[in-house]
Amino acid sequence: GANYPLYIRSTPTENELKFHYMVHTSLDVVDEKISAMGKALVDQRELYLGLLYPTEDYKVYGYVTNSKVKFVMVVDSSNTALRDNEIRSMFRKLHNSYTDVMCNPFYNPGDRIQSRFVCLGRAFDNMVTSMMIPVC
Amino acid sequence: MDASEEPLPPVIYTMENKPIVTCAGDQNLFTSVYPTLSQQLPREPMEWRRSYGRAPKMIHLESNFVQFKEELLPKEGNKALLTFPFLHIYWTECCDTEVYKATVKDDLTKWQNVLKAHSSVDWLIVIVENDAKKKNKTNILPRTSIVDKIRNDFCNKQSDRCVVLSDPLKDSSRTQESWNAFLTKLRTLLLMSFTKNLGKFEDDMRTLREKRTEPGWSFCEYFMVQEELAFVFEMLQQFEDALVQYDELDALFSQYVVNFGAGDGANWLTFFCQPVKSWNGLILRKPIDMEKRESIQRREATLLDLRSYLFSRQCTLLLFLQRPWEVAQRALELLHNCVQELKLLEVSVPPGALDCWVFLSCLEVLQRIEGCCDRAQIDSNIAHTVGLWSYATEKLKSLGYLCGLVSEKGPNSEDLNRTVDLLAGLGAERPETANTAQSPYKKLKEALSSVEAFEKHYLDLSHATIEMYTSIGRIRSAKFVGKDLAEFYMRKKAPQKAEIYLQGALKNYLAEGWALPITHTRKQLAECQKHLGQIENYLQSSSLLASDCHLTEEERKHFCQEILDFASQPSDSPGHKIVLPMHSFAQLRDLHFDPSNAVVHVGGVLSIEITMYSQMPVPVHVEQIVVNVHFSIEKNSYRKTAEWLTKHKTANGIINFPPETAAFPVSQNSLPALELHEMLERSPSDNSLNTTGIICRNVHMLLRRQESSSSLEMPSGLALEEGPHVLRCSLVTLEPGANKITFRTQAKEPGTYTLRQLCASVGSVWFVLPHIYPIVQYDVYSQEPQLHVEPLADSLLAGIPQKVKFTVTTGHYTIKNGDSLQLSNAEAMLILCPVESRAVVYSNTREQSSDAALRIQSSDKVTSISLPAAPAYHVIEFELEVLSLPSAPALGGESDMLGTPEPHRKHKDKQKTGHCMVTTDHKVSIDCPWSIYSTVIALTFSVPFRTTHALLSSGTRKYVQVCVENLSELDFQLSDSYLVDTGDSTDLQLVPLNTQSQQVNMADLRVSFSAENRRHIHSKQSLFFVWELKWTEEPPPSLHCRFSVGFSPASEEQLSISLKPYTYEFQVENFFTLYNVKAEISPPSGMEYCRTGSLCSLEVLITRLSDLLEVDKDEALTESDEHVTTKLMYEVVDNSSNWAVCGKSCGVISMPVAAQATHRVHMEVMPLFAGYLPLPDVRLFKYLPHHSAHSSQLDADSWIENDSLSVDKHGDEQPDSSSLKSRGSVHSVCSSEHKGLPMPRLQALPAGQVFNSSSGTQVLVIPSQDDHVLEVSVT
Repeated sequence: GANYPLYIRSTPTENELKFHYMVHTSLDVVDEKISAMGKALVDQRELYLGLLYPTEDYKVYGYVTNSKVKFVMVVDSSNTALRDNEIRSMFRKLHNSYTDVMCNPFYNPGDRIQSRFVCLGRAFDNMVTSMMIPVC
Repeated sequence: MDASEEPLPPVIYTMENKPIVTCAGDQNLFTSVYPTLSQQLPREPMEWRRSYGRAPKMIHLESNFVQFKEELLPKEGNKALLTFPFLHIYWTECCDTEVYKATVKDDLTKWQNVLKAHSSVDWLIVIVENDAKKKNKTNILPRTSIVDKIRNDFCNKQSDRCVVLSDPLKDSSRTQESWNAFLTKLRTLLLMSFTKNLGKFEDDMRTLREKRTEPGWSFCEYFMVQEELAFVFEMLQQFEDALVQYDELDALFSQYVVNFGAGDGANWLTFFCQPVKSWNGLILRKPIDMEKRESIQRREATLLDLRSYLFSRQCTLLLFLQRPWEVAQRALELLHNCVQELKLLEVSVPPGALDCWVFLSCLEVLQRIEGCCDRAQIDSNIAHTVGLWSYATEKLKSLGYLCGLVSEKGPNSEDLNRTVDLLAGLGAERPETANTAQSPYKKLKEALSSVEAFEKHYLDLSHATIEMYTSIGRIRSAKFVGKDLAEFYMRKKAPQKAEIYLQGALKNYLAEGWALPITHTRKQLAECQKHLGQIENYLQSSSLLASDCHLTEEERKHFCQEILDFASQPSDSPGHKIVLPMHSFAQLRDLHFDPSNAVVHVGGVLSIEITMYSQMPVPVHVEQIVVNVHFSIEKNSYRKTAEWLTKHKTANGIINFPPETAAFPVSQNSLPALELHEMLERSPSDNSLNTTGIICRNVHMLLRRQESSSSLEMPSGLALEEGPHVLRCSLVTLEPGANKITFRTQAKEPGTYTLRQLCASVGSVWFVLPHIYPIVQYDVYSQEPQLHVEPLADSLLAGIPQKVKFTVTTGHYTIKNGDSLQLSNAEAMLILCPVESRAVVYSNTREQSSDAALRIQSSDKVTSISLPAAPAYHVIEFELEVLSLPSAPALGGESDMLGTPEPHRKHKDKQKTGHCMVTTDHKVSIDCPWSIYSTVIALTFSVPFRTTHALLSSGTRKYVQVCVENLSELDFQLSDSYLVDTGDSTDLQLVPLNTQSQQVNMADLRVSFSAENRRHIHSKQSLFFVWELKWTEEPPPSLHCRFSVGFSPASEEQLSISLKPYTYEFQVENFFTLYNVKAEISPPSGMEYCRTGSLCSLEVLITRLSDLLEVDKDEALTESDEHVTTKLMYEVVDNSSNWAVCGKSCGVISMPVAAQATHRVHMEVMPLFAGYLPLPDVRLFKYLPHHSAHSSQLDADSWIENDSLSVDKHGDEQPDSSSLKSRGSVHSVCSSEHKGLPMPRLQALPAGQVFNSSSGTQVLVIPSQDDHVLEVSVT
């Protein structure tokens, strides 16, 4: 599928560019993992892709929906509180919120999710914000 | 398992340790069996059942057999496992009781006591039997006795601790059996010992681990204990178990570090927080790095030492397990983790030291893996190793930057000092790699030695990494490394090398729509292009960056200024244009035509207003904005006509352009929506459904190659179109945001103009929108002047003023003052000239532009209408009233007479079917000022009335009835009806019966009566007028009349002109009554009433009313003596079948032509029905002889009997032919049989000449008494 960003948030914002590069690069691994699991049956497929790759300072995790919408999460390596299970449930939350956005009749699938559209992106944005607070 | 099938075992520097088994007793004996024993022991695997629920394993046992010494037995508290004797064996071949008692027993006891003292229970006594030996001895005990003795003495309840090995050196089946039993026993005991002793060790170890919260607990000490276990597992070739021990240690340590970070510090951990002084990387070439191990043992190890040692051990075990790729993966994690841990523990690390350590470690791991894998394996597992390559590259890069090796001038003294410090931290090269040419140590040292060497190594690594990433399809990663490389090249002032990497990366980001990386990379590329002097590319990048919302206002202004600066430079080669795409500079939002239908006539002015949305952060002065226009001659000339214009008005003339999404040129945004359609395919024979599905109609759009669409970065392919047709707007300042720009053009050649390119020039920089899409066109047309004349209403009515609309479409002709339309007058059509007639001038778009009075001058022949002055491509409209005159009465001329029924033969059919109005055409020839030819206009007028007349008689009195029927939709008022005899008979009076007053116009000698009162005749209504004819003398044989009646539309009170009356001329002939026919039916004699079924008598009385008249003079007239007679035929016909005529129904009579001559005819008729029955018709015909010569000879009755009558059908009074024919025989009228025979003819008498005085009378018939139906047939 397409690999353009629907939504990117990073806190703090000063290193945004670095994260954009990082997330973009991580799509390589996401693609690799998706093609590797391509043969598995849909209902048995694990949406959580696990750790895509570690970097010195960050851990990059991936998640892909059945419709190939990708979620990538970059977590500070020093944050040891976030174990695999926490990451997994965060992705599930993200997925649910994204589903809500998709269910909105005013949302065109494929459009960027922007928080300035009140009923569209705001809820998603708030959810992301709520997830990011414990991280930072 | 077949060894050849297995991959080559890795070369491992393995420990030569095996579990220790001690041997006591007869050493010579043991020496003799040792070769067989050491060879046979590992041959068979043995199942090892494990404690703690661990899975059982098959294990090949080997042992290190050593001579028993008490020192070998571990003292209390000794945790060493590697040197632990797992089994003690006592060897004897004693078979002599005496010898046993004398020496062996004591020796055994001593051995046992030592073991007991060390509470070692893992022992075995082996008695070797040797037949040869037995034979030599005299007092030989039975074999079993000595075994029994030993068992009895030593193996208290453990008889299995004593085994017999028979003839171990012989080659017999008994020997083999004995060996097998022995070996099995030995293995079992060994495993039992392992289980027991390792279990005990593990228990102790766990106990120790549980104490880790106690203050004095030392990780290093514990490390050594658990490693001992790992060693034993390794010794037993249980690498998995060994690895588990290290992993547990790893996890334990990691947890401590994490806890430390969380503030839960352990004392021992402070040892590891010493400043990092050595960073010589991992050493993986030895199975055990004793140096580091000892440092751990001495509790002097740094964190890096511990981690390095731990990893080297894990690496060794993983390689034993043939999992080299896991090594690579774990290595990367380890390196990242170490960096994190040092950070977390706040260990002071000299700058660059970690980079060195990581770099060395990466290479060491890679070389170690390469050392045990072949090329193919490595190539197919790049995905596992590329991370290390990339990490090494990254680290080398940062070392290069740190040590001033990347700067243009090379390292300064500070850089050099730092380099020296870093190299010092590496120490001396380890002996194991000293001879390796490409060792990581040598590489790093070399790379840091000089700018050139660094470049070489860095490029090598980068290229290798990019290549590897590319080969496994990690394009994004490859591009990212490439970008680093580009940055390096830029630092090295080699932009020509950087360009390709930046472009590659940018293309990738563009294709995937990553805005921030796009902006960042484009900024780098712009700098690169600037250095390369690629003016065009640089300007394009600048324009993109100037419009990039992800940049700060300052940056955007900077790039905008770059363009403006360049544009304002005096060009070296004047006329040279730098062509850049428009979209980043400004976007075309909408376009508005005026006139809004985008159609303009030749010479007309068209204005086009466009909205350009400037993307620049500052106002930009644009010299000119040019729209290139493609001209094509429109083949469809209709498009150019005025009619087309009025019909094709666009909604508002505004065309919107979809916003260009420059930042997201890819897939989703630019792709059109799927056009899916249901598809059903039916069988042609029976229309049953064959296939059904959904097809995508725009596959070609959707499945286009993506690469081609994302090449918008390159300005190539942008060409300025040069053409003769341009729209231009000069000196415009484009403010940031929306700007409205208006182009004006005067239309020249007729045709279609398509807007193709939009260009804006700033100095020598031209921003070009190569294609304006959706297609925008305007049309220029040229039109011939035209005149249209059409009635205002559906149809024109004759006789009253009617409005006609004149439309002059000026086309390319300009109407000057004095231009006029010359109408050559039609004779019967008047053009009425109202005083206040005005003409309205419209523009072609139907906007009223002026209004002028119309001057109309009429002479006899010509009406001249002066047109108001009007420019070309305007429309002049005015209305005139015309009046179609009722045609002047042209006597004798039937055709031209208004009111006569047939002025138009062609409409005859129509007239019969419906009440269609009679029409007349008037042709008007008009001379127009623009043409030498006359325009002929035909106007069709309809006569609103239809008039019929009838002659009515009452005996000899005569009446004329005129019926006027209004066929039009209009109501009229009729007045002044006249009926005038136009003939020359002076004796005739016409007395109106429909009037109250009368006038006698004596002067005319004819009498006319006028009705003063006006009468309304509504639409579709008829009015009747009746006059009585009166004469004094003999009436004329024919009467010529003219009916005239004044009329005017009922709605209008005042008409400007007096209207001509409506006239109708007709002629009545033979109107004088010659015969009176009277019929009478009387009941049979004696009856009061006629009855059905009974014969009644019919008496017909024919009376001549006048003497011989002029009209009688015909062939039927016979003159003899004093009598003049004429032959008449009567006929009684009852069309309503009320009566049955009995006997002859007709007959010929000879009628005297004299007043009051009467002929009486009797007949019998029978009424068929009861009631008041009308009398049967009596018809009278003139009976004409065929030829006057034969006339007298003929017996008319016989002719009639023959039924061969020839009947002249004449006028409306024609007898019903069917009644005649019904009686006809086989002979038809004028049949060939009678050819040549003289035939009499019948001529109906004109209606006026016969008066039936009994018409309308009825006879009462009562039903017959016997009530039955009577059937009568009459022949």
